Amino acid sequence: MSKGRFGIHGGQYIPETLMNAMLELEEAYKKYKDDPEFNKELETMLNEYAGRPSRLYYAEHMTKDLGGPKIYLKREDLNHTGAHKINNVIGQMLLAKRMGKTRVIAETGAGQHGVATATVAAMMGMECEIFMGKEDCERQALNVYRMRLLGAKVHPVESGTATLKDAVSETFREWTARIEDTHYVLGSVMGPYPFPTIVRDFQAVISKEIKQQVLEKEGRLPDAVLACVGGGSNAIGAFYNFIEDKGVRLIGCEAAGRGIDTFETAATINTGKLGIFHGMKSYFCQDEYGQIAPVYSISAGLDYPGIGPEHAYLHDIGRAEYVAVTDDEAVEAFEYLSRIEGIIPAIESAHAVAHAMKMAKTMSKDEIMVINISGRGDKDCAAIARYRGEDLYE
Amino acid sequence: MSNIKKAFENGKAFIPFITCGDPTLDTTKQAVIQMVQAGADLIELGIPFSDPTAEGPVIQEANIRALKNKITTDDVFAMVKELRQTVTIPLVFMTYANVVFSYGAERFMKNCQEVGIDGIILPDIPFEEKEEFDAVCKQYDVDLISMIAPTSEERITMIAKEANGFVYCVSSLGVTGVRSNITTDIGAMVKKVKEVNDIPCAVGFGISTPEQAEKMAKQADGVIVGSAIVKLCAAHGKAAPAEIAKYVKEMKEACLRA
Repeated sequence: MSKGRFGIHGGQYIPETLMNAMLELEEAYKKYKDDPEFNKELETMLNEYAGRPSRLYYAEHMTKDLGGPKIYLKREDLNHTGAHKINNVIGQMLLAKRMGKTRVIAETGAGQHGVATATVAAMMGMECEIFMGKEDCERQALNVYRMRLLGAKVHPVESGTATLKDAVSETFREWTARIEDTHYVLGSVMGPYPFPTIVRDFQAVISKEIKQQVLEKEGRLPDAVLACVGGGSNAIGAFYNFIEDKGVRLIGCEAAGRGIDTFETAATINTGKLGIFHGMKSYFCQDEYGQIAPVYSISAGLDYPGIGPEHAYLHDIGRAEYVAVTDDEAVEAFEYLSRIEGIIPAIESAHAVAHAMKMAKTMSKDEIMVINISGRGDKDCAAIARYRGEDLYE
Repeated sequence: MSNIKKAFENGKAFIPFITCGDPTLDTTKQAVIQMVQAGADLIELGIPFSDPTAEGPVIQEANIRALKNKITTDDVFAMVKELRQTVTIPLVFMTYANVVFSYGAERFMKNCQEVGIDGIILPDIPFEEKEEFDAVCKQYDVDLISMIAPTSEERITMIAKEANGFVYCVSSLGVTGVRSNITTDIGAMVKKVKEVNDIPCAVGFGISTPEQAEKMAKQADGVIVGSAIVKLCAAHGKAAPAEIAKYVKEMKEACLRA
């Protein structure tokens, strides 16, 4: 079995043209991941630039309203650029700089990873190009403008279903054409090794902080940690430091779209099967001949037919649970959290909130639940208004 | 040991690629028969995949057209079986790992052997991941074709040592598609291969004109052309086979001049 496996998942299923780039990245990562100077620079940037640590907020009103466990919200939405994505971007950009790269490329779904990459590229003086599905460019027009404002070039991707998976394919194609000076800042815990490991390690700061913060506030670990899952970077970040703590339930919330019994879904664990795509072995939504399914979710960030290999493994061994949440449920949760706590979550994160609302009813008052609010929902307001039949002009 | 080396016995080989089922499987069949008559030495048959990440826009679109026609892996096997009643030159599949994996690698290779497929090219399976497929390929006498790229450098030796059938030399960085200029030192790549394995080397990616074919054939044992042929399918549809045959004849002649 090749490198970078999580059980049977993971690996390096990529064209030969990229193999040396992968080895170079692995070598650089191994060299710097425990390097004190690198980590000091990373920590300084996370704190001073991105605004970490993010708060662990006690959602008192939600807790009372649902009448179940004590609910805490991990506020990744308060990071600079409004989502958890910047944690990984800062890490990879520092790595890319040390590797002598002067140009970065990235895929983006909802636009959050693209904005984070464009932001840090602007700050570090690096050339930046973002690939985004044409359909997503329309769904998330504000983020497209943001990226341009930050100096990045945005390429709308028209191939395939013109969403996140096609943006990933196109970024890989671009990387194959120009490797020497370019690093691909992959935005999720997916793709070929070493990406799933690197991105996880840079996102693990989320669970590291949750653990410290909940111990400070409650003197004990939480009973459940919930996060939404597309590729799975915010979820693995929120789960990672709890994997060994068997008493903590880890729950990933997938996008069911219009329902897991329809074709308009993106719930990979719930509807997919084992396959090989985008550099990794994992679960994918696909037909009987292995053609990747045109998935659907209201959330551009979860609209992806695969899931990171480490999640596939956590599912296999039963360490994490993966549930499906529909568009309707997510939109309701989006509105609920806005009204009850004055926090507008990203529609992605609203999937985790929706499941928390259901799950809270099955838990007792002396239990503790943490929901990772991976991003803020300003970017989604126009789309949700449309979903509710209201046309907004920004 | 498969049939593949026979493709390199008629001077420098010309290897055309075609996406199966673009626009119909019957057109593909006619195109293959006419390409053989026009001098093709080996033919690469593309099994369509929804997300062909190593392809440029031309072949991506061919995949989409074929899948719109609901072409399946089983349909392609059936087509090859019919072709084998008349076609004797080596045939190889070119597709993506998930097409084989989801079909079941063992069942896939067994079918390959039964219908007479000599090899398979999987651009998303590098040396590090090949064992999973190669073990089954060997069991059913299907050569898993190894690729080397301009970025491979010191990896070439390791790859060449274990290569079967022929070595696919990727001429340029990037994805498949027509290029006006190829700057890689193909001769040096081929030399590194031959130092450790006496195996034919064919060059692909970006080649479309007879001039390029002649230049590439001088440095290797054969020339692979995909996008230029797929473009003819896109332009002429069901009338493509005759156009493709004309083109193949011209390209084979260019290879023979090398």
